[in-house]
Amino acid sequence: MAGSTLATGRRTLARLLAPLLCLALAACASTPLRGTGDLGVVIERASGSVQIVDNTHEQSLARVQGLGDLSHASVVFSRDARYAYVFGRDGAISKVDLLTARLVKRVEQASNSIGGAISSDGRVIAAQNYSPGGVKLFDADSLQLLSSISTAAFGGGESKVVGLADMPGNRFAFALYDSGEIWLLDASTPTAPKVQRFEHIGKQPYDGLASSDGRYFIAGLYGEDGLALFDSWHADAGVRRILGGYGRGRQALPVYKMPHLRGWSIAGDYAFLPAIGQHEVLVADNRSWKQAGSVPVLGQPVFVMAEPGGRRVWVNFAFPDNDKLQVIDVPSRQVIKTLQPGRAILHMEFTARGDAVWLSSRDDNKLVVIDTATLTTRSTLPALEPSGIFFTWRASRMGM
Amino acid sequence: MDSGPVRRGICLAALLAASLCQQAAAAAPAEPRASALLQLLHNDCGACHGLSLKGGLGSPLTPQALAGKPADSLVATILNGRPGTPMPPWRPFLSEEEAQWLVQLLQQGGAR
Repeated sequence: MAGSTLATGRRTLARLLAPLLCLALAACASTPLRGTGDLGVVIERASGSVQIVDNTHEQSLARVQGLGDLSHASVVFSRDARYAYVFGRDGAISKVDLLTARLVKRVEQASNSIGGAISSDGRVIAAQNYSPGGVKLFDADSLQLLSSISTAAFGGGESKVVGLADMPGNRFAFALYDSGEIWLLDASTPTAPKVQRFEHIGKQPYDGLASSDGRYFIAGLYGEDGLALFDSWHADAGVRRILGGYGRGRQALPVYKMPHLRGWSIAGDYAFLPAIGQHEVLVADNRSWKQAGSVPVLGQPVFVMAEPGGRRVWVNFAFPDNDKLQVIDVPSRQVIKTLQPGRAILHMEFTARGDAVWLSSRDDNKLVVIDTATLTTRSTLPALEPSGIFFTWRASRMGM
Repeated sequence: MDSGPVRRGICLAALLAASLCQQAAAAAPAEPRASALLQLLHNDCGACHGLSLKGGLGSPLTPQALAGKPADSLVATILNGRPGTPMPPWRPFLSEEEAQWLVQLLQQGGAR
């Protein structure tokens, strides 16, 4: 009796499972294998979601929800470019699988944060925190906490950390907003990291960049005209000021949004950097770091991004000019085009070899893809108040 | 005898009355301006203070963070900025009444 029940049970189970199995196989057969090299992540800031996009076919593949407060978010990628680590304003790190479009892990590691970086060996995630300050290191696979680095040493509470960037040799560089320092963190033993401090680098560093060869770290300063430069090949020489006095006694204009700095500022022989309080882009020789000129633009620059080939530099602007973009020709250092592709253009991202640039238009709820050869719009895609766009080529680039 | 609920009720009524009085102090701008101002608050103020106003490079703007701060000085900070910090003057884009309305919303937690 029991045997026959079991047999019946098995037959029932088989009848139930057979169609499921067919479906599963069919699903496998209809989902071709794909790589991740032309994928990207778009932050949808108000809804706490990200879109996974394909930049070859210019289409959205999926939306992943439940990532918390993404009002300011940044993304780094695992070394194999399969996983995106999203750092949210609420201090959480969310690990998103680009292939299955799933949130695979999420840790709340601080109460207020904006960004992070991944080590040169791809094993360590570093998070930079505003509140309670400091940097935390996590295992990239499991997101287990490895160590915590306090920035309270200056005696005024924990300093906010800005501009965290990866450097060669599993090191990270970052700046301290409140105490005006640059710290170099050696995370080669991530459970016992070592810190080298550089004090008095300038007032109110607001962001930082590592050059794409990983040699230089530059902190932008809000509190004075100039930037702070650290040359990791000559670490003992400390931090020096560059482009000092670029405002040259002119009245500083209001800054309605802090600029962003990353390694994409360096184009050819020059670095193109946003001036604070001036409507211009500063040009520095990228070896001597002496000012080589400036390019007047129509507003306060926010992102100053070189095309991957370095021939042109694209600039977007703070409120109230955030509906415009300008394109600078590098050899002549002239603005060659002003574009107006949508309202509140917050973020730009080039494809790996620069055939197109993707733009977020927050107030028009769309992404705009511009052909860089013709400077015309190639496509638009719907998105919910989009901000940051991050393509997976960043996985293999330093300082991203 | 537990008078908790009654006391809480009275407190709530007093709070409501207080907030009604303050609302009378700064009337909401007519639409679509009110929506535009809220958009500005969350997106442009939010760039530094956070979309949810819990802070960032700029300080938090939650009712708790603003409790006990004089509304006049908050209005002045919005309009004139705060020298020595990244807080810019918003006077070119806002009237005094609009700044008062925003401060009131922020202090009462009604900005969301």
